[in-house]
Amino acid sequence: MTRFVKSWLGVAATTATLALGGGQVFAQDIVFGLQCDRTGPTANVGTVLCPGYQDYIALVNSKGGVEGHKIKVLEIDHEYKVPPAIEAHERFKKEGAVLEGLYGTPQTAALNKKLEEDKMLGTSPGFGTASAADGKRYPYTFPIAASYWSQAGAAVEFAKEKLGGKLKGKKIAYIFYDNPAGKEPLPILEDLAKAEGFEMRTFAVPAPGLEMGAQVLDITARFKPDFIIAHLFGRAPSVFIKDLKGKGFPLSKVVGLVWASSEADIIAAGGMGVAEGYNTIQFAGVGKDYPVIRDIEAMYKTQGKTPPKEMDSTVLYNRGVLVAALHVEALRNAIKANGGKVPTSEQVKNGMEAVKGFTLGGFVPPMEITPADHEGGGWVQIWTVKGGKLVKTKDWFQGFRPVIQKHLADDAANAKKS
Amino acid sequence: MFHRESGVFKTTYAGDMALYPLPIAKWTMVAIAAVFVVIVPLVVHEYYLSILNLIFIAIVGALGLNILVGYTGQISIGHGAFMSVGAYTAANLAVRLDLPFWLTLPAGGLMAALIGVIVGMPSLRIKGLYLAIATLAGQLIIEWTINHVPAISGGAQASIEVDRPSLFGFEFDTQGRLYFFLLFFAVLAIVATLNLVRSRIGRAFVAVRDQDIAAEIIGINIYRYKLLAFAISSFFAGVCGVLYTYYFGIANYEQFQIIVSIDYLAMIIIGGLGSVLGTIFGAIFITLLPIVIRIFMEEVGSLFFTAAQMANVISGLRLGVFGGLIIFFLIVEPEGLNRLWRNIRSYFRVWPFSY
Repeated sequence: MTRFVKSWLGVAATTATLALGGGQVFAQDIVFGLQCDRTGPTANVGTVLCPGYQDYIALVNSKGGVEGHKIKVLEIDHEYKVPPAIEAHERFKKEGAVLEGLYGTPQTAALNKKLEEDKMLGTSPGFGTASAADGKRYPYTFPIAASYWSQAGAAVEFAKEKLGGKLKGKKIAYIFYDNPAGKEPLPILEDLAKAEGFEMRTFAVPAPGLEMGAQVLDITARFKPDFIIAHLFGRAPSVFIKDLKGKGFPLSKVVGLVWASSEADIIAAGGMGVAEGYNTIQFAGVGKDYPVIRDIEAMYKTQGKTPPKEMDSTVLYNRGVLVAALHVEALRNAIKANGGKVPTSEQVKNGMEAVKGFTLGGFVPPMEITPADHEGGGWVQIWTVKGGKLVKTKDWFQGFRPVIQKHLADDAANAKKS
Repeated sequence: MFHRESGVFKTTYAGDMALYPLPIAKWTMVAIAAVFVVIVPLVVHEYYLSILNLIFIAIVGALGLNILVGYTGQISIGHGAFMSVGAYTAANLAVRLDLPFWLTLPAGGLMAALIGVIVGMPSLRIKGLYLAIATLAGQLIIEWTINHVPAISGGAQASIEVDRPSLFGFEFDTQGRLYFFLLFFAVLAIVATLNLVRSRIGRAFVAVRDQDIAAEIIGINIYRYKLLAFAISSFFAGVCGVLYTYYFGIANYEQFQIIVSIDYLAMIIIGGLGSVLGTIFGAIFITLLPIVIRIFMEEVGSLFFTAAQMANVISGLRLGVFGGLIIFFLIVEPEGLNRLWRNIRSYFRVWPFSY
């Protein structure tokens, strides 16, 4: 046998292994794709959020599936890198997934176009751009949770309420992680500063956000704001809380956007007791006092297992559950509309656009996803650290919705022009 | 490549430098080309084409880095940033001036080359680790600039969406079509590098790498050639960035952060410094290995774990296995996969005799 033949046999064998190892999926199962980051820079979120997603799907399956169809989740860890996210999307497509959960802002950006070309529904809760809420512009991308714009609007509304219903002449500090996601709320805040008559100053925290003594000193000693809005990621929120506390600034005058608001952030800052009064913005219910969470716990009990420790980190875990619940709801709508048959990805997209009045007992906001509004209204809650745990202080609300909608319309018009 | 040469005595310089020393080498190339141009796109599923596409882009970028690090001996940790320079140049030209890809692509490369020369200036005075830190600074400065200059980045999101590339009304929009688009540039980059390294310039690069003082004494203008190496390397990086931009449909600087620079360094170190074939091996290895490990584990793991557990196990183990395999291959052959391949080849050259 010549070397030529041998080498090619090797190549053929490798290709064959690749081709066969596609992961067998049973025909009647409906496949959901889930991108996740359990090992990369945002693993602190992924390792809690993704189990929440998996557990809810397991719960649905244990109850007989969606209208008789079981769901199989194909999870792919992309380590927060972009090329593996593309590979994951193609893999989901190959396995016949009807929708996929995206993870990460750059990954969402890189996949927006592919989703549209492949007619695959993708959800980007808390990731991606605010403009993706515009369903006409990005027909297959669904933020399904309050965007940074909506969160900024809600934060200002909350500040207004806390400061006695008037912001005129007040000072608000905005401290943000210096990346595109951190800068995204700026246009909204600038607009609101003009409209409401408050003075806003911005403080950028460069990556990796572990050192912000200078910014905190600048805020507390020089600017002396009436309220602080914090938009930080990763380990930055805990450093921020600790530094503010050190300077004696009252944490009750601080609100953190959604990625600065998990129990882990607060515990890393020195524990719940230290952060008394700290306000957080949430797009899913917090805590375990919901029927759906109790159901998951019951499911583990009937299997004879103890509920996983991820469930204790309720902020992030519940977000995973929320994403899964909305996925399942979209699928349910699609199956119903399709007369009980397995729907296509396009039909699931229509199902997602029909999600309305689906709250799981206050766990999910009263959102209404429509073909034009993929954000579902931009609803958030405020939860505050009180007596060692997060307590709900403001129920679902939309902050300055007209301003957000105006920005969405302007952004779409600009995009068309260029 | 896959042939046995015997009784071949090169008697001219031209013969010695030929890309294909024997006709059979040429025919092997033709056969490989036929496989990739005709058979692969017809037979292979779109999913595998998408992986090949990622590999093609990686090959272009890794070749550029290997020209600088492998052939010229100048360390750079700023490769990702040069990609972003190319990406944003092309995206801005494509969106603002509506230029087609065959103009934006070289423009992106040239702009990256220009920035590369500037970032490479310190190489004239410093070497080794010091240069690594200087290029690291280049990476961070370029990232910061793109993040903070809306004129470049196109707004707070720092991302610019571009349309799919099209040629004479033919749009490269599916993975299958993009395959040809990217294959073309990968082949172009390979051929260009192969020819570069056997030219006067390539030999000068190698001389600078091996001993720059000696190179200067024999009349090589090392300033010129070091900067030229940075320019060519950054040009490849810029083109790679443009390809990523068209492939993703968006230019976004978060896609080219420092981890990307490290990944590309890993590709050429594992593949083999100063080798074109090694670069290709490295690009394939780094892109494919995590996928293969995951697919393998999905198959095997489902026997032991539930789906929910497996998600955690796979991502954790995959990192471990990936790192372990890199160490394993580098211990087996410190000079990279290319050397490993050549060892295997020379073993079979005299097979079944041991020498």
